[in-house]
Amino acid sequence: MDRVKGVELTGAEIVVRCLQEEGVEYVFGYPGGAVLFIYDELFKQDKVKHVLVRHEQGAAHAADDYSRSSNKVGVCLVTSGPGVTNAVTGIATAYMDSIPMVILTGQVPTAAIGLDAFQEVDAVGITRPCVKHNFLVKNVKDLAGTIKKAFYLAQTGRPGPVLVDIPKDVTMQSCEFAYPETVAMRSYNPVRKGHPGQVRKAAQLLLGAQRPMIYTGGGVILSDAAKPLGEIVRLLGFPCTSTLMGLGGYPASDPQFLGMLGMHGTYEANMAMQNCDVLLAIGARFDDRVIGNPAHFAQNPRKIIHIDIDPSSISKRVRVDVPIVGHVPDVLQDLIKLLSAEGGKPDIAPWWKQIGEWRARDCLKYDRNSKIIKPQFVIEKLYEVTRGDAFVTSDVGQHQMWAAQFYKFEKPRRWINSGGLGTMGFGLPAAMGVQLVNPGATVACVTGESSIQMCLQELSTCKQYRLPIKIVNLNNKYMGMVRQWQQFFHGNRYSESYMDALPDFVKLAEGYGHRGVLIDKPADVEPALRDAFKRKDELVFMDFLTDQTENVYPMVPGGKGISEMILAEDL
Amino acid sequence: MSRHIISILLENEAGALSRVSGLFSARAYNIESLTVAPTEDPSMSRMTIVTTGSEDVVEQITKQLNKLVEVVKVVDLSEAEHIEREMMLIKVRAGAKEREDMKRMADIFRARVIDVSDNTYTIELTGDGRKLDAFIQALDQSAILETVRTGASGIGRGNRILRV
Repeated sequence: MDRVKGVELTGAEIVVRCLQEEGVEYVFGYPGGAVLFIYDELFKQDKVKHVLVRHEQGAAHAADDYSRSSNKVGVCLVTSGPGVTNAVTGIATAYMDSIPMVILTGQVPTAAIGLDAFQEVDAVGITRPCVKHNFLVKNVKDLAGTIKKAFYLAQTGRPGPVLVDIPKDVTMQSCEFAYPETVAMRSYNPVRKGHPGQVRKAAQLLLGAQRPMIYTGGGVILSDAAKPLGEIVRLLGFPCTSTLMGLGGYPASDPQFLGMLGMHGTYEANMAMQNCDVLLAIGARFDDRVIGNPAHFAQNPRKIIHIDIDPSSISKRVRVDVPIVGHVPDVLQDLIKLLSAEGGKPDIAPWWKQIGEWRARDCLKYDRNSKIIKPQFVIEKLYEVTRGDAFVTSDVGQHQMWAAQFYKFEKPRRWINSGGLGTMGFGLPAAMGVQLVNPGATVACVTGESSIQMCLQELSTCKQYRLPIKIVNLNNKYMGMVRQWQQFFHGNRYSESYMDALPDFVKLAEGYGHRGVLIDKPADVEPALRDAFKRKDELVFMDFLTDQTENVYPMVPGGKGISEMILAEDL
Repeated sequence: MSRHIISILLENEAGALSRVSGLFSARAYNIESLTVAPTEDPSMSRMTIVTTGSEDVVEQITKQLNKLVEVVKVVDLSEAEHIEREMMLIKVRAGAKEREDMKRMADIFRARVIDVSDNTYTIELTGDGRKLDAFIQALDQSAILETVRTGASGIGRGNRILRV
């Protein structure tokens, strides 16, 4: 770092210098009055590249997914007022899934704050509940130190988005620039090592288990713990399941993997979760979509070991017997050492036999002879055509669940979706972030005709930056998941879930300068996918007209226990 | 459900208070009272929160408070011996015929009259919350003109010390 004594930089120059110091490659943003000086400095250099989105929600999602697919900190830059409010959905999305991200927001000049100035909004106040932390910088001298802290906070401990609000006058004032090398905060010292006594207790419980289960979540992905996870699962010979957020943490094709658990989890994963006697939870948080009704879950006695970086995730919805607070890979390494020293895996053959019986129910089966395109079939073909090696982003709803169930993720950071907040409109900007950080990689956005319309404007961004994303639109002309709930729980009254007056997606894609294809026959699915993925330099929008009545199975109705599933065969 | 008194050391930064109060409202925790002021180290504030909740909820409250970036330390004072005090200023009608009685009542509670006018007394009383409640109960309700309570402040007994 070069620190020139006596040379003063403006706040705007400092912002850009800080981004350079952090090694930021891309900033996703949209200019406006309060950030004009920062944009002027971006213009004068070429180390930090700016990606111009078409709506600030897209900027936040793209920065988020830049991070999800790479574990680098995503950066987003928006102006004051509506710039911030538009970004809030994206910030909340990142917060719910603990994604490290830094959001720089312009603010009206300090003298105007609180006076209802043009494009003024209390950015720190409005985002407080959906960021890990946020700052308002009132003095240019605090700017560099604050940005350093923002990057540090975003990626340490339980990661999350951090917002820095910068008034316009601060970007104009100047001071000497010095980027701090380290951050020390007396109020923030995340733990990394697990407590050795607790780790020992965990090892004893695991070795004594008869019906064990390993339940993994997004924490495995965020902490890059796939390798030690694989080791421990194989060492113990235990069954392993994953939440929606943890998919890819353990290879889906491995026989020890029971598939995803939860509201739309597999029969075998949910039954094993309910009936196990020792549960090892790793970087997961027992949320309502995973274990359903906690009282029903608690009916079966079991010992629970829970490894998580965030103490507040432990014993929040489910009482835990052996809490271990720490960085997942570090704790797993310690546990592996102990287990290896003990040697020998417990004999759990009867438990595997039971799991085999549950598996034989084949809970994901669907009609493969249908004359109408089945959405599951499209995902299976997508998996085959991309040889399971694509980055798959999704929006929210039925298509998201089918992608999670039918695309077998073998590697971490390949499955990119909004699990916590469930944000429709996430998939396309997500794919932009993923494609930029992984140029040349195969990126598919699995979406539906309702979700895609929520951030559709980003097709224009894709054109500007030549992002060859493949959009797999499962078009059933319904908000499918809403329709499914209405069918099951609201007497088939499809209140406002039918999308009349849908656009012609082929023409729409063409209008944005992309290629559009309509597919309405099962026999055309695979050829269309093959053709699309051959086109390395082109965004292809594939509009698959799918079965309007298809539902996602298994399904645990809201408020029920996870072993109380509705299966396709029940209907 | 039980009553807990939680002490917090936090950075004396703009917005730190709203992070704490926002946490309580966002997660639907109860706040009975909240007091805060800087300590002998002006960069640090000490906050006392009185809340009610089940053991599980109070455990979550302390964990969530600890998670706030500006919070340095959290302790549930009710887990061990502690002292709590609250101060009340109460303005009462004290005309010629009530004056004597009112003064006597204040003396019984070891309260002090700190302001006097022709027809009012302003009385200062310090104690735990129950003592303050008892004083209010003991007064002729129609004589009470205004009540101001600070909310509880708490501290551990003896060698139980909360500092950085």
